[in-house]
Amino acid sequence: MSKMHIRTTINGDQVDFLGSPQQSLLDALRDEVGKLGTKEGCGTGDCGACSVIVDGRLVCSCLMLAAEAEGAEITTIEGIAEGDGLHPIQQKFLEHAALQCGVCTPGFIVAAKALLDRNPNPDERTIRYWLAGNLCRCTGYDKIVRAVQDAAQELAHEA
Amino acid sequence: MGEFAYVAPSNVADAVGVLHDHANSGRRAQVLAGGTDLLVQLRGLDKAPRTIVDVKKIAETNRLDIGSDGIYIGAAIPSAVLNENQELKSLLPGLIEAADLIGSTQIQGRASLGGNLCNSSPAADTIPAMIADRGVCVIVGSGGEREVPVEAFCTGVGTNVMTGDEFLLGLKFPRPPANTGDAYLRFIPRTEMDIAVAGAGVSVTLDGSGTCTAARVGIGAVAPTPLLVPEAAAALVGTAVDDEALAAAGAACSAAASPITDKRGTVEYRRKVVAVLCRRAGAIARDRALAA
Ligand SMILES: Cc1cc2nc3c(=O)[nH]c(=O)nc-3n(C[C@H](O)[C@H](O)[C@H](O)COP(=O)(O)OP(=O)(O)OC[C@H]3O[C@@H](n4cnc5c(N)ncnc54)[C@H](O)[C@@H]3O)c2cc1C
Ligand code: FES
Ligand code: FES
Repeated sequence: MSKMHIRTTINGDQVDFLGSPQQSLLDALRDEVGKLGTKEGCGTGDCGACSVIVDGRLVCSCLMLAAEAEGAEITTIEGIAEGDGLHPIQQKFLEHAALQCGVCTPGFIVAAKALLDRNPNPDERTIRYWLAGNLCRCTGYDKIVRAVQDAAQELAHEA
Repeated sequence: MGEFAYVAPSNVADAVGVLHDHANSGRRAQVLAGGTDLLVQLRGLDKAPRTIVDVKKIAETNRLDIGSDGIYIGAAIPSAVLNENQELKSLLPGLIEAADLIGSTQIQGRASLGGNLCNSSPAADTIPAMIADRGVCVIVGSGGEREVPVEAFCTGVGTNVMTGDEFLLGLKFPRPPANTGDAYLRFIPRTEMDIAVAGAGVSVTLDGSGTCTAARVGIGAVAPTPLLVPEAAAALVGTAVDDEALAAAGAACSAAASPITDKRGTVEYRRKVVAVLCRRAGAIARDRALAA
């Protein structure tokens, strides 16, 4: 099957890879680019484990073709930390024990980052609706919501 | 057997050309907008190779025009982008409400009105709202452009009027006259991320004294295709859209419905719920018209 040459920017770096026409962005990130932080839960848009930010919008990478990413700017979980330090959202997930098995965590953190980039001070309802497309089978969500609220406060202090 | 291929034509002529070549040679081509239905389908039972024709690079599928006499919404614009447009939201709040119900934040970053319509699910949330708002589909193919009212677009579960090398460019809506309001409501067992058991979209226009001069009612998930219900609109026109008129409009929706029983609801339940949704959406549309 003929491969396509796809040029993207991932976490600020120019990344070119070869992908097949029906390959999802999720599979390309994992299998061609070697970014294994982005997870597959369902492959059908229901769980949000595969969340990435493409040209400023939060999307499910399992519902996007790699070919559609030509020329796109992509942020994955690997691009959230600042240098060697954790991003406040990551730090707060640890402090609040907002993860257990961790499969959903990259998706939640990327989704929370997309939210706080747009709305630095979301109320609980806004956070819960924004994250409704991210499923977690372990934590019961409460600790995740607290972590995001706390991260928002921390970011407000930093600013 | 063919191969999978992906093309992203940058203009209408090239897109029609690709679709035309495929239709002529019996090869399969499928249009891609946000992919939130299509990619799920590609992962499911239907894995047969085809050429995927991404129409998102075409100006006409991305254009949003709000003019003095009409509104044009490109077929491929993601619902999140529509939702961020305050002018559109104030003109057609019911339609934007319906688009905002589609899936999660992630899904809304991609899902388009055109994809929701062309997927032609009976439960598609934006279709009853587009019917209520007098939406017209702008379809293009090698035979040129043609326009089809949204209520005449779907022909059955998953089927529609487009043939051969045609695809959807965008949707046109008349600019709502003064004192017009619209609303869409659906019923789902959860609060988010589910498929409608029933849905109803209503648009009403009032005169200076609060009497309804024009109305449109669209219903979804209660028949093989979303339906326009003229009898429900007739029950509202000439009234103050009071409880009695709303009850009559609701009853007309129940009568027009021909639902099925499935895991989401029975025939009896769907008939009843669609009437309730019509009444409630009608009341919201009326209040919006009064405030407009
Ligand atoms: C988790 C999840 C939740 C969902 N929730 C809802 C919901 O609550 N309500 C609801 O109504 N839907 C829901 N959907 C379904 C889907 O998101 C919507 O139908 C969406 O609007 C489809 O738009 P799209 O741009 O992604 O279409 P695509 O997937 O790109 O296309 C859908 C179909 O239409 C065809 N098509 C698309 N654009 C055109 C065009 N311009 N011309 C011709 N053919 C075209 C494609 O070939 C395909 O057959 C959900 C989907 C997922 C994955
Ligand atoms: S893997 Fe993409 S939403 Fe579940
Ligand atoms: S921590 Fe296990 S699924 Fe969320």
